Amino acid sequence: MSAGHDDHGSGGLDLTLHIWRQESSEAQGRFETYPLHDVSPDMSFLEMLDVLNEQLVREGREPVEFDHDCREGICGSCGVMINGQAHGPDRETATCQLHMRRFKSGETIFIEPFRARAFPVLRDLVVDRSAFDRIMSKGGFVSVNTGAARDANSILIPKENADLAMDAAACIGCGACVAACPNAAAMLFVGAKISHLGLLPQGRPERSRRVLAMVAQMDAEGFGNCGNIYECEAACPKAISVENIARLNRDYLIASATERPPTASGGGA
Amino acid sequence: MQTTSKSPSDLFTRATTSRLDSKCPTGPMAERWDKHRFELKLVNPANKRKFHALVVGSGLAGASAAASLAELGYQVSVFSIHDSPRRAHSIAAQGGINAAKNYPNDGDSVRRLFYDTVKGGDFRARESNVHRLAQVSNAIIDQCVAQGVPFAREYGGLLDNRSFGGAQVSRTFYARGQTGQQLLLGAYQSLMRQVGLGKVTLHARHEMLDLVVVDGVARGIVTRDVVSGEIESHAGDAVLLCTGGYGNVFYLSTNAKKSNVTAAWRAHKRGALFANPCFTQIHPTCIPVSGSHQSKLTLMSESLRNDGRVWVPAKKGDSRSADQIPESERDYYLERRYPSFGNLVPRDIASRAAKQMVDDGRGVGGNGMSVFLDFRDAIQREGADKIRERYGNLFQMYERITADDPYRIPMRIYPAVHYTMGGLWVDYNLESTVPGLFVLGEANFSDHGANRLGASALMQGLADGYFVIPYTIGAHFAGRKLPKVSTDHEAFREAEAAVRARVGKLLATDGRRTVDQFHRQLGLVMWDHCGMGRNESGLLAALDKIRGLREEFHADVRVLGENESVNMSLENAGRVADYFELAELMVIDALHRRESCGGHFREEYQTEEGEARRDDENFCYVAAWEHAASGSGSGGAPRWSLHSEPLTFEEVKLTQRSYK
Ligand SMILES: Cc1cc2nc3c(=O)[nH]c(=O)nc-3n(C[C@H](O)[C@H](O)[C@H](O)COP(=O)(O)OP(=O)(O)OC[C@H]3O[C@@H](n4cnc5c(N)ncnc54)[C@H](O)[C@@H]3O)c2cc1C
Ligand code: FES
Repeated sequence: MSAGHDDHGSGGLDLTLHIWRQESSEAQGRFETYPLHDVSPDMSFLEMLDVLNEQLVREGREPVEFDHDCREGICGSCGVMINGQAHGPDRETATCQLHMRRFKSGETIFIEPFRARAFPVLRDLVVDRSAFDRIMSKGGFVSVNTGAARDANSILIPKENADLAMDAAACIGCGACVAACPNAAAMLFVGAKISHLGLLPQGRPERSRRVLAMVAQMDAEGFGNCGNIYECEAACPKAISVENIARLNRDYLIASATERPPTASGGGA
Repeated sequence: MQTTSKSPSDLFTRATTSRLDSKCPTGPMAERWDKHRFELKLVNPANKRKFHALVVGSGLAGASAAASLAELGYQVSVFSIHDSPRRAHSIAAQGGINAAKNYPNDGDSVRRLFYDTVKGGDFRARESNVHRLAQVSNAIIDQCVAQGVPFAREYGGLLDNRSFGGAQVSRTFYARGQTGQQLLLGAYQSLMRQVGLGKVTLHARHEMLDLVVVDGVARGIVTRDVVSGEIESHAGDAVLLCTGGYGNVFYLSTNAKKSNVTAAWRAHKRGALFANPCFTQIHPTCIPVSGSHQSKLTLMSESLRNDGRVWVPAKKGDSRSADQIPESERDYYLERRYPSFGNLVPRDIASRAAKQMVDDGRGVGGNGMSVFLDFRDAIQREGADKIRERYGNLFQMYERITADDPYRIPMRIYPAVHYTMGGLWVDYNLESTVPGLFVLGEANFSDHGANRLGASALMQGLADGYFVIPYTIGAHFAGRKLPKVSTDHEAFREAEAAVRARVGKLLATDGRRTVDQFHRQLGLVMWDHCGMGRNESGLLAALDKIRGLREEFHADVRVLGENESVNMSLENAGRVADYFELAELMVIDALHRRESCGGHFREEYQTEEGEARRDDENFCYVAAWEHAASGSGSGGAPRWSLHSEPLTFEEVKLTQRSYK
């Protein structure tokens, strides 16, 4: 490309990769070992996998499948366990933002899919996280139809609340919190949405319904319970705080005590 | 290999009768949309559930359309190649979304937003469309706030605004550096609400691989389930393509890796005309390429130009580090050349200026392939905390990639492919030349002319989905006879067989080179000859190279594995195959347009100061290309014929753009 090369120095890394290979959800998986040489420290982790895949295909071997899209830490598609850590060793960093300068030549790296009962493996490092969408469909929204909104500035929101709501809304739905949790709980994911919407006046009217419905679906999907270990926060590429879990618990408690089952609505005028 | 193509005019034919009817309303500009809406047929509420819309894509355009149509009572199915609708490429938009609210009281209005957008697009967009866009912009902000989108606010609780290029008012709403994410989540949440209510059926990880046309009307699609490999047909009463842009034809771009042209291209080959394919936007502020492993490029939002100053050393070949270069030896070339817009000139102008600096030997960084974007003065003026609050996540992203700290050292940036103004041709109703096929968002060509202004793609995607299609689709449902069709129909069988054959052939080729190798080579040809600067001989050479590479691709690509499983190289191979065809059309379009306008810079046509020189006499039209089923393109009959839609400017006077 005419926008030429600008590699930092020389030192290519020699690595030994142990990567989880699994043909399908039903198949038995296993680790396979791949040596990889002369990896540029300026590569991202996914670019390193690209290089491996190019090499595999040239050798006539099937490439390693992994999810990815934006490669800038915002879409939440990527996410693997790197040496046992969701998204690898760097804090607040999604797998796609991790760079190889973080590793040393001679290192061995274990790469596995996110593991949880509610996230079945589809192939290799690709898992099915549609459980998150189903939870969202139960209450992760404000019920407002298109066209029914009033002027945006007629709703005043203190900057502090808007900022807190934004902190929670920054969740990218990658599932690292679930993968990092020994109980495979989805409390950080659900708590972030409960907080985002609950902190804003627009979300208040449905606050109780929302929390009950989302938690019920979370349980139905087979996510575990929070054990207050807080591995989720440590693994989260967006540093979503466990305070959101506290908000979720509080809202849930209040809602369970006060919410009545909806009364049947008649076909009004 | 092909014989060298001789003259641009041999490459295509001109349609004798144009098929294009823009259906733009007439009368006073400000009343057109209202008048049009009033004249559109309505579907009786009780009948709405009888109509089924197939929405392909769930980015801003698709999610907003699907949610809104379901709320109205239509049956809706949504398809997306992503595992969740929340992951569409729209999620990555950083900087903001425009609206004519005039909250800062700085002189904005619908008319000014309209004017800026027409002018920013270098007079190659339809006035009626752009005016409607400006008109509905305010309702978008209201809608998003009602959904709980956490836009930035001031201490008093009111919404905050920032400035973007090509405007002298602050009209951009934002949510930190994650505006696209928050807007998409708003639309996604509305969509998921409808999924929960059973009004929308979601088909994630499904790739549309063909359009099905029955009796001249779009009535369905064929998809491949990218997990099981199953090829499936889906029938409906309308198809909405909301599948995004095709910047990845260049291989390296700021687009997400899955962004592709396949759905649009398949529709093109089934009769939808493709408009202005060569209009691509090269964004001025991206992190430069760092090595041959590079898989994509990362944008540094235009909002940074609110506070960052762009400069290069005044002397050629000055290799001192930035802090060693005194003020008097710096050239803040945008501020110098464009005193009234300064660092906030439109993107095409800023990109070209950066290229000129680099070509002139004044670029910075190890290989001289970048320019500085410097925050020193802003940090001195407002403090690092203020700057962190505004751009913290962008600075962090920059540091992760480059290992340099932009609070201390100026960023190094260079232009990169970012957005495609071209796309499927649509009329004022967003309907393509195939009746019943609507195209929304970046996938259509509609509102940005030859250059899109910052923060207006999000606006357009949401305008199309929330506030245009809910009205205009009614005219199709209410106005046409739509007898029931089932997927047993001949046309579905034929399309399914064609998809199977294409997939089978890619797997059976068993060549030696990987899909990525071909894609990188194609990208290089496009960047060198159909990128920031274009000229006739380069474009003709590119055409030969593309055709040659395409033949090699079909003879020598290696796709391993099988259809019946997750197989991303197979998915990619299909997309790259389509890029080869699209690339040829982009080059032909660039060759035929013998003028410079917006992002299309033909080096032969420039002013003495090196600005784009339009030729309104001969090229004041939309070029819409029809694919000829029988044309071979290489030496034989041309593959495409050109239809042109003349553009008239009643409100904004056609002038040479000036940002000085
Ligand atoms: C890094 C970056 C930053 C940006 N920042 C801004 C900004 O600040 N302001 C602004 O206004 N604009 C910005 N833009 C532009 C803007 O984000 C896009 O133009 C816009 O989001 C496109 O939205 P869309 O809905 O048309 O398409 P997309 O968001 O690209 O969605 C496409 C959808 O189609 C689906 N799809 C694609 N092909 C198929 C297929 N064959 N079958 C089934 N489904 C398919 C995908 O799964 C996806 O759901 C930015 C762009 C980039 C690259
Ligand atoms: S690929 Fe999008 S977050 Fe990593």
